[in-house]
Amino acid sequence: MRQIAIYGKGGIGKSTTTQNTVAGLASIGKKVMIVGCDPKADSTRLILHAKAQDTVMDLVRDLGTVEDLEIEDVMKVGFGDVKCVESGGPEPGVGCAGRGVITAINFLEENGAYTPDLDFVFYDVLGDVVCGGFAMPIREGKAEEIYIVCSGEMMAMYAANNIAKGILKYASSGKVRLGGLICNSRKTDKEYELIEALAKKLGTQMIHFVPRDNQVQRAELRRMTVIEYSPEHPQANEYRTLAQKIAENKMLVVPTPLEMEELEDLLMEYGIMEAEDESIVGVAEAAAV
Amino acid sequence: MSEKAKKKVEGITMESTQAMIDAAMEIYPDKAKKKRAPHLAPNAGEGACVKSNRKTVPGIMSARGCAYAGAKGVVWGPIRDMVHVSHGPVGCGWYSWGTRRNLVTGVNGVSQFAMQFTSDFQEKDIVYGGDKKLRTLLEEAHELFPLAKGISVLSECPVGLIGDDINSVAKTASKDLDIPVIPCNCEGFRGVSQSLGHHISNDTIRDHIIGTREFREPESPYDIALIGDYNIGGDVWSVKPLLEEIGLNVKAVWTGDGELEKIAATHTVKLNLIHCYRSMNYMCRVMEEKYGIPWVEFNFFGPTKIRESLRKIAEYFDDYIKERVEAVIAKYDPIMQAVIDEYRPRLEGKTVMLYVGGLRPRHTVNAYADLGMTVVGSGYEFAHGDDYERTSPEMPEATVIYDDASEHELEQFVHELRPDLIGSGIKEKYLFQKMGIPFRQMHSWDYSGPYHAYNGFPIFARDIDMAVNSPTWKLVNAPF
Repeated sequence: MRQIAIYGKGGIGKSTTTQNTVAGLASIGKKVMIVGCDPKADSTRLILHAKAQDTVMDLVRDLGTVEDLEIEDVMKVGFGDVKCVESGGPEPGVGCAGRGVITAINFLEENGAYTPDLDFVFYDVLGDVVCGGFAMPIREGKAEEIYIVCSGEMMAMYAANNIAKGILKYASSGKVRLGGLICNSRKTDKEYELIEALAKKLGTQMIHFVPRDNQVQRAELRRMTVIEYSPEHPQANEYRTLAQKIAENKMLVVPTPLEMEELEDLLMEYGIMEAEDESIVGVAEAAAV
Repeated sequence: MSEKAKKKVEGITMESTQAMIDAAMEIYPDKAKKKRAPHLAPNAGEGACVKSNRKTVPGIMSARGCAYAGAKGVVWGPIRDMVHVSHGPVGCGWYSWGTRRNLVTGVNGVSQFAMQFTSDFQEKDIVYGGDKKLRTLLEEAHELFPLAKGISVLSECPVGLIGDDINSVAKTASKDLDIPVIPCNCEGFRGVSQSLGHHISNDTIRDHIIGTREFREPESPYDIALIGDYNIGGDVWSVKPLLEEIGLNVKAVWTGDGELEKIAATHTVKLNLIHCYRSMNYMCRVMEEKYGIPWVEFNFFGPTKIRESLRKIAEYFDDYIKERVEAVIAKYDPIMQAVIDEYRPRLEGKTVMLYVGGLRPRHTVNAYADLGMTVVGSGYEFAHGDDYERTSPEMPEATVIYDDASEHELEQFVHELRPDLIGSGIKEKYLFQKMGIPFRQMHSWDYSGPYHAYNGFPIFARDIDMAVNSPTWKLVNAPF
């Protein structure tokens, strides 16, 4: 069983990419489980065609304690026999969503959700790793393989580099490794080359460049993956290719995150960022005469 | 150097004490040695001779508590007519329940509520927040115990970690239930010891309690409040009658066997008498600044200090009180002398080492002296510089002073000084008893008390005699 965690900047398309990739793996006969680690609980809706499933934490809240919960209550099976679990958690501004992830994953472990017949377990994790709870999926004995979803936008690359720093921390004390960057294209300038260059600097690979295609949105409106909605569409092929590449990936590395200057140099090299002019820093418009 | 600090102990010099300290620290790694060195010193006679109120060095087996302990156990817990809620998982509340021997009067569930109330956090409360549960708890507590005058909400660690807004829950519940609901953000991880818990609790009294009630009786020039007496083993019940005997009206007690509404009306008293300076000086200063109430520190351990303190208190009042004080001293002096005559011959020349909390490491020094005993080492778990400033003049010259002492340091000092009695806490008790040294648990008065004031001294003297002269210790052959 390979356990894989998908990280990336918020809104980059982690959940969509994960579910389409998982659907791709399922379509080539792999047994997969998705564990949604985001209180919004939208990591499995394309597989289950459901707006929201009962999350682990929601049921814990209703029943009183984790001990009262059964695995059947929270695990649903969707397209391609993919098993789906959502950790769930509070709405923004209250409680501790990170603890929700920890509680949910502990529950899954203690109740035998990780059955030996599974080929893959995917963790779809909230965009910002704001606390220890959201690093739970890459702790000892869990995911040892991470893919970062990013695009050629500056902030997405900053986020990818920061996540690489986090992986470095866990890699030094455990077995977690970076498997590659998945470029979810936003059609920015020189995007392919830029992400390839970033991947190289991080010591990893751009495992796949997923082009932008509105077919993804059309499928999402129907709460489906592209692979299920239009298996013959070229975009479905892209995800199948990504799935195949992940299944065959042997390049697992301890990343070499960039210093801020290095990253800025890279962005400047590709014309994403202009050379810094120190004379304008901190000068208000009115004052800059 | 003050007159008192010139008290000397044979064989103890600045050099000998420093050598003992150095020897005790020899085993430490350099980093620990560097950190601990400023916390151990021979008594220089004036000023704070040790560094204090710093983070405990990891691994040294400290006897300290936490901010929650300071709030629940010390300041809030003893107020008897309130429900005190330990907000968080069950353990903090359970293990702090009834452990301090702060005795109370009244009928349980009617006029006092010395019970264990907790919100008993589960996983779901951490993940989804505990504010709703707290609201339900407050409603239920009020419904079950409608006679409780108020509710304190004492935060345990997780509440602060997940950012629950207990202040807002308390505010609305207080309005809806029409009783004071006091939020106290005393999460255990705050600060370096229980001391910050005292301070935070004082601040909540300032923000939510003081000035919200008035006494029913008309004001008199002799109205005072007794501050920082927690009624350990019934101390308040010994102090209050004595203060009344000298003509003062004890309008409120903070907080031993305390009543919320009287505490809330304390802003109208004429003088605050403070016993435990460490835990309550903050509110004395607040009442001085805000209401112009002077405050005076006093010491009711042993006849010498009681006499001194009564006269000091009398200075704040008219001749009527001064005369009463002299009459009271004249009445009790022979009684106390009889106690001394009985016990002193058996205790003369014996030595004591102390390691306790708030005020006892300095306040009790002279009570031992009244019995002919000498304190040869003293220290606090959570004191600040101003406590050590007050300690130096009480202790004999060059005796060892220790701050946040470790088990190892105490053990080494005891080996060196071989005292006849050790007064400390439950964590130290069995170590020293196994060494065959008499021991008194001086946080809780070791299931005895009261020790304060004239009624307390004969009990203190009896207990010390019982410990020091018990034949038990001669039958114990410690292998070390």
